[in-house]
Amino acid sequence: MNLTVNGTAHAVAAKPDTPLLYVLRNELGLVGSRYGCGSGLCGACYVLIDGRPMASCDLPVSFAVGKQITTVEGLAAKGELHAVQRALIAEQAAQCGYCMSGIAVSAAALLAANKRPTEAQVRAALDKHLCRCGSHNRVVKAVLRAAHE
Amino acid sequence: MNKSLDSHLALADARRLTQRVHFERDGTVTIASGKVDLGQGISTALAQIAAEELGVPLEKVCILPASTAYSPDEGVTSGSLSIQDGGKGLRKACAELRELLKRSGKRSYWELEVAGDIPAEAPEKPPAEYRLVGKSVPRLELPAKIAGEPSYVHDIVLPGMVHARVLRPPRPYARLVSLPAAPAGTEIVRDGSFAAVLAAREEDAIEAAKKLRAKAVWTDDARMPEDIYGWLKGHATENKVTKENADPVAKARGVKRLQAEYRKPFICHASIGPSCALARMEGEPLEVWSHTQGIFGLRQELAMVLRLPEERIVVHHAEGAGCYGHNGADDVALDAALIARMAKGRAVRLQWTREDEFAWEPYGPAMVVALDAQLDAQGNIVSWRHDLWSNGHTHRPGRASKPVLIAAGELAPPFERAPAIDPPLPAGGAQRNAIPGYEFPDLLVMHHYVREAPVAGSSLRSLGAFGNVYGIESFMDELALAANVDPVDLRLRHLKDPRGRAVIDAVVRESRWANWKRMEGKGHGIAYARYKNIGGYCAVVAEVEATHELRVRRLVAAVDVGLPVNPDGVANQVEGGCVQATSWALKEAWRPGALTWEEYPILKFSEAPAVEVHIVRNELPSLGAGECMMGPTVAAIANALCDAASTRSARRRCAWCSPKRGSSTRSTS
Ligand code: FES
Ligand code: FES
Repeated sequence: MNLTVNGTAHAVAAKPDTPLLYVLRNELGLVGSRYGCGSGLCGACYVLIDGRPMASCDLPVSFAVGKQITTVEGLAAKGELHAVQRALIAEQAAQCGYCMSGIAVSAAALLAANKRPTEAQVRAALDKHLCRCGSHNRVVKAVLRAAHE
Repeated sequence: MNKSLDSHLALADARRLTQRVHFERDGTVTIASGKVDLGQGISTALAQIAAEELGVPLEKVCILPASTAYSPDEGVTSGSLSIQDGGKGLRKACAELRELLKRSGKRSYWELEVAGDIPAEAPEKPPAEYRLVGKSVPRLELPAKIAGEPSYVHDIVLPGMVHARVLRPPRPYARLVSLPAAPAGTEIVRDGSFAAVLAAREEDAIEAAKKLRAKAVWTDDARMPEDIYGWLKGHATENKVTKENADPVAKARGVKRLQAEYRKPFICHASIGPSCALARMEGEPLEVWSHTQGIFGLRQELAMVLRLPEERIVVHHAEGAGCYGHNGADDVALDAALIARMAKGRAVRLQWTREDEFAWEPYGPAMVVALDAQLDAQGNIVSWRHDLWSNGHTHRPGRASKPVLIAAGELAPPFERAPAIDPPLPAGGAQRNAIPGYEFPDLLVMHHYVREAPVAGSSLRSLGAFGNVYGIESFMDELALAANVDPVDLRLRHLKDPRGRAVIDAVVRESRWANWKRMEGKGHGIAYARYKNIGGYCAVVAEVEATHELRVRRLVAAVDVGLPVNPDGVANQVEGGCVQATSWALKEAWRPGALTWEEYPILKFSEAPAVEVHIVRNELPSLGAGECMMGPTVAAIANALCDAASTRSARRRCAWCSPKRGSSTRSTS
């Protein structure tokens, strides 16, 4: 199978029903997508599939063949972190950071579709992402800040 | 002092210093700390302290991940003590090095030889001269995490490692009877009731574990008591007086008696990243990579269960997701070590599943707090009694002569596991913060320790303080209502400590408490505590809505943690704690069988309240900031919900409200 991840084509050996997450982490070494629940309920493993945020932990890798997969590692461009990532750092919007990769890709997708989201729209877009450290408000502030960059 | 003893001490000192602080050839300073980063930003704060005291730029300082191979044994990273204790030791070591440099006449630390003669009373920098400590600096390790770089134990790859899943039943008390054969390409390892499946590819281990679990046979003889609170009250094994100050004369002035009971359910740590560990036993020593809070305690437990000398075990710390206390980190590490012992020299990576974590993590224990007080004719509290029932709140490895971790009890033959215990006050476990911070003339605090545990519990952020402060502060509001006194006034009447009064004043001012307008379905509430009675001060005001659903709209917290090493780090922890406590209060109570985020929901982005944090600054010794807000936040929320429930349309109360609470007594004016 061939996958296009962060703009690069890769041949992978996994079986077609293998969840994409394990292919990313173990075969391609892209560990930025985290395992949190394995059943699409926490958001830690989110990636963009053709620009749409989706859980990679219960998505068969075969589904992603022929599509553009963007992981948190692929958000940066020309050696610079994505505006959302820069804002997350500027706002010190994390504690343990485990939830942040998924949040960053969802926030990037939101801003790609909606340049000036309201606070309520940011919260709605991130509602699938659980954060146990309670970093929610700083994350929302960071996404709004990124929108105004 | 005896001369040889003296030089012996000096050598030990030199070892301590060089063990801690290393001046590397590339011009950096590496610091070995026994404290570990748990997602609370501790390494940045420690780096600030070291840079400050040594007088070197912050960028030059690098905090090493802790390892039993080279770190000083500083116990566990818990109880908000890292800055208080770990910071103190580091500050002293760095001050000694600075003094050594001064006396040596050398130009830089990098030319310095640390020998036997350590200046014993090296002066530490006076806080007034601090340029780095007390300043908000960005967290050093954050950019890598945000970029998605390998940052956690979950991300470690060892050569030739195999992936493992443990095969436990979906309940925390059932035991394994029989297992089917391993699916093709996978392998089962088993010792007694402890079993795991191994595969070269992670997805194969996951698939095999699913199949094996579905077909395995488990006993299910134990049950959770239906009414855990009644059960706790009926099973006390020790009834201890925590504090007594009998004043029958004052008590006799009482004209009104109030009683109430408050209940704290089992609560999950519920880290976003389920526990994970790696282990390798290829010749010697046994190496384990773990997100434990105590590498030395874990090593001791591993030595006991694997019957190995401690010198033949190395535990390396690697970060996990935020843990908020003692979660599955140590259990998964023992699991991984046991699997490694059966894996014929292969390195093993064991990832607990989300379901494993919910079913088997050591929950924050359930508690019952019963309060009984008397008011005099002027509305002063003249008598106070506090009874608490709970299992122990500490079940960490390395503290008992018997093992504590799950797998130890599953092996053939099984180890007898030590029960959870409560450390003595002032820190305490279940009894943490059971002694009220207020002055009441007649006082009795009783701790009813329950040894038998229906499910294993251990330290969860703030331990017993959470249940005790919740009870005390809820009851203060009940008393204020009965005495017809403003809840803020009643607290201030009985609180002498000026720092405590100052955080209450601050939160009242910043939240504009006095300007609150009473509205249908809305309420506000206040609560206060000094964490552990010796730690950080915190007062919280909550504003809630209790109409078709319960919502916390706004939280205002005022804290005094002495000199805040990294003020933004303090604010970040307090904000996060307030949000987490909101989640505990509104949504959380673990029941057997809750295995997923659907069955154990936590607060979401759309539900998080606005949080404002005000730091009451001073230059007094730094106190931990990670836990002080938990009790006050939930109590302020419960008080606000009761306030809202007193308006006619809102009768919804939080699940934790006392069964007797807020039902009819509040006025509706
Ligand atoms: S790990 Fe994929 S949604 Fe939780
Ligand atoms: S920052 Fe720890 S879970 Fe979100």
